[in-house]
Amino acid sequence: MSSTVSTGTKGRPGKGVRAGRPHPSWVLPGVLFFAFFAIGPMLLAFYLSFTRWNGLGDPEPVGLANWQKLIDDPRLTQSLTVTVLLTVVSWVFQTVVSLLLGVWAAGRQRNRAVLSAVFFTPFLLSSTAISLLFYALLDPNFGIIQGDTLGTTSGAFLAIVFVGGWQFIPFHTLIYQGGARQIPEVLYQAAAIDGAGRYRQFFSITLPQLRNTATTSTVLMIVGSLTYFETVLILTQGGPGTDTAILPYLMYEAGFKSYDFGYASAVATFLVVAATALSLLLVRLTGFGTMRSTREGM
Amino acid sequence: MSHDTLPRRPVRAPKPPVTSGPAHRRRHWTRRPNPLAGLGSVIWLAVVIIPIYAMITTSLTSQDKALGHNALKPPTDPTLENYDIVLHSGFGHLLTNTVTVAAAVVAIVLVLCVPLAYVAVRSRGFWSSAAFRLFLLGVAIPAQAVVVPLYLMIAKLDLYDSLLAIILPTAAFAMPVSVLVLTGTMRDISEELYEAMALDGASPTRMLFQLVIPVTKGGISTVVIYSALQAWNGFLFPLIFTQSDGPRVLTLGLFNYVSEFGVNIPALLASVVLSGIPIFAVYLVARRALVGGLMGVGGK
Repeated sequence: MSSTVSTGTKGRPGKGVRAGRPHPSWVLPGVLFFAFFAIGPMLLAFYLSFTRWNGLGDPEPVGLANWQKLIDDPRLTQSLTVTVLLTVVSWVFQTVVSLLLGVWAAGRQRNRAVLSAVFFTPFLLSSTAISLLFYALLDPNFGIIQGDTLGTTSGAFLAIVFVGGWQFIPFHTLIYQGGARQIPEVLYQAAAIDGAGRYRQFFSITLPQLRNTATTSTVLMIVGSLTYFETVLILTQGGPGTDTAILPYLMYEAGFKSYDFGYASAVATFLVVAATALSLLLVRLTGFGTMRSTREGM
Repeated sequence: MSHDTLPRRPVRAPKPPVTSGPAHRRRHWTRRPNPLAGLGSVIWLAVVIIPIYAMITTSLTSQDKALGHNALKPPTDPTLENYDIVLHSGFGHLLTNTVTVAAAVVAIVLVLCVPLAYVAVRSRGFWSSAAFRLFLLGVAIPAQAVVVPLYLMIAKLDLYDSLLAIILPTAAFAMPVSVLVLTGTMRDISEELYEAMALDGASPTRMLFQLVIPVTKGGISTVVIYSALQAWNGFLFPLIFTQSDGPRVLTLGLFNYVSEFGVNIPALLASVVLSGIPIFAVYLVARRALVGGLMGVGGK
C-alpha cells in the first residue's frame, strides 16, 4: 500500500490529489454537550464537597468539614472494602464463566448455536427487572430458595455477585465468542500436527490469543461493577446493616436520603478520583485506547 | 465481522478463507464432542433457565395461591389476572415514555458522535486528538458520581421532573463508548477511498455522507443498540431527576411496583415479564443485528 501518511496540511508527494479533511470545529457540539453534562458536573461536585447544602436554597461554604467527616467515617473504609471486594469477586466469576462459555459458543455446532441464543436471554431484561426478579425469588416467605439469604452478610454479598453475573455474563460471553472466532485456524492445525490435545490447545493457543479480548472485557467489567447501584438498592438496600453499602450507595444515601448533598459530593468526588485512577492505570497497562483500531492482520 | 475489513482491502475476495463457513467445520478441535464442556453448558443452562421459568410460572399463579406454591412446579391453575393488574396500572404510559427517551437518546448520540469520530479519525492536530482523549477518559466517569451536581443543574435549568431531564444526561453518558466504537470502525477506511472521492471533487461533508456513514454501518448500528439499551436500562437518572407519574419510565415504574403491589409477588413478576417483552420481540426479529452490534461494543 502506498499510504505514506502526510503529516501536515501540505500536499502528499507523488499524488496529485489530497483528500480534504473536515474542520476540527466539527467536534465542538459533541464536546460542549459532553462537557456540560459530564465534565462540568464533575467539577461542580468537587466544589459542592466544600459546601453545606440540603437541596434547597444555595450551597454555603464550609471548608474541609465534609472531607474531615469522610475521613472519620467508619462507613467509608467498610464501603471501600465492599466495593473492591465486589469488583474483584465479580470479575473472577464473570471472566471465568464468560471465557469458557464464549470459547465453547465459538464452535459452529448447531446445539451450541441454539444454547447460545438461550444463554443470551438474561441480557434482554434491564438490571432493574433482574434485581426485582431475584428480590422476589429470594424473598424468605415466598422464594424458591429457603431461608433468609439476603439477611446474612455473606448471603447478601454473594447474591449481588450472582445477580450481577447473571445479568452481564451473556454480554461478556458474546465478546469472548467474537474474540475466539477471530483466532486464525492455522494455529490449531499446526498444534494438532504437533500432537497437542484439546486442553493443551486451549491453554497454549486460545488463552494467549484472547489477551486483547480479555482486556476489553475487563475494562468494561470493572467500570460496570461500579454501577451495581440498582442491584444493591433493590436487593439489599446496603444491608444487612451497612454491610453491602458500596460507594455509590453510600453517596445516594448521604444525598437523597439524608439530604446532606455536601457530604454526598465529597463521596462522589472520591468515587471519580478512584474510578479515573483505576481506568488510567488500565489504559496505561493495556493500551486500551489504541487497541480498538488494531484489526491489522485479522 | 469479516465484512468490516472489506473497505480496507477492496480487492480481496468476499470471504477471507480464515472465517469462511466450511473452514470452520473442518476445525480440528470442534470435530469431537467435548463432554466436560457439554456438562458445563448444561449447568449454565440450568442457572439461566430456572429463574426465568420460576418467574413465568409465578406470574401465571394467582396471588392467594402463590404463597406456599412451589415456583418450580407448573402452575396448577394458570391465570392472566396478574398481567391484567399490571396493564391497568399505567404500563402503556411507562412504555411510551421509555421508548421516547430511547429514541431521543439515540438521535442525540448519533448526531453528536458521528461527526466527532469522523474528525478524530481524519483531522490531525491538537484539538481533534484532545477531543478523542476526553472521551477515552470519559468512559471511566461513573454516572453516580455526578448525580448530585446534575440534580442542582437540572433544577436550575427548570428541567426537573421532565423527560428531558432523563434524556440529556443519558445521552451524554452514552457518548464515550459510542465515540470509541465509531472511531474504531472509521479507522479501517483506507486513504485510497478518500482520495478516489477527492478526485471527484468531494468536500469533507460529502465524504462523510457518501463514504464514511455507508461504510461504517456496522459501527453505527452498534452505537444505536448500545445507546438505546443505556436509555432502556437507565435507572439512576429517572430515580433522581423525576418524581411524578408524567415522566415516569419503565425501570422506575417497576421499582415503584414494589411498594405499590406490596406482597403481591406474582403481579411484580408479571411486570418484570412484561418489561422484557419489547426487547424480546426486537431480539426475535433482529437477532443478528443485535448480537453483532453488541459484539461491536467489545471492539474487534
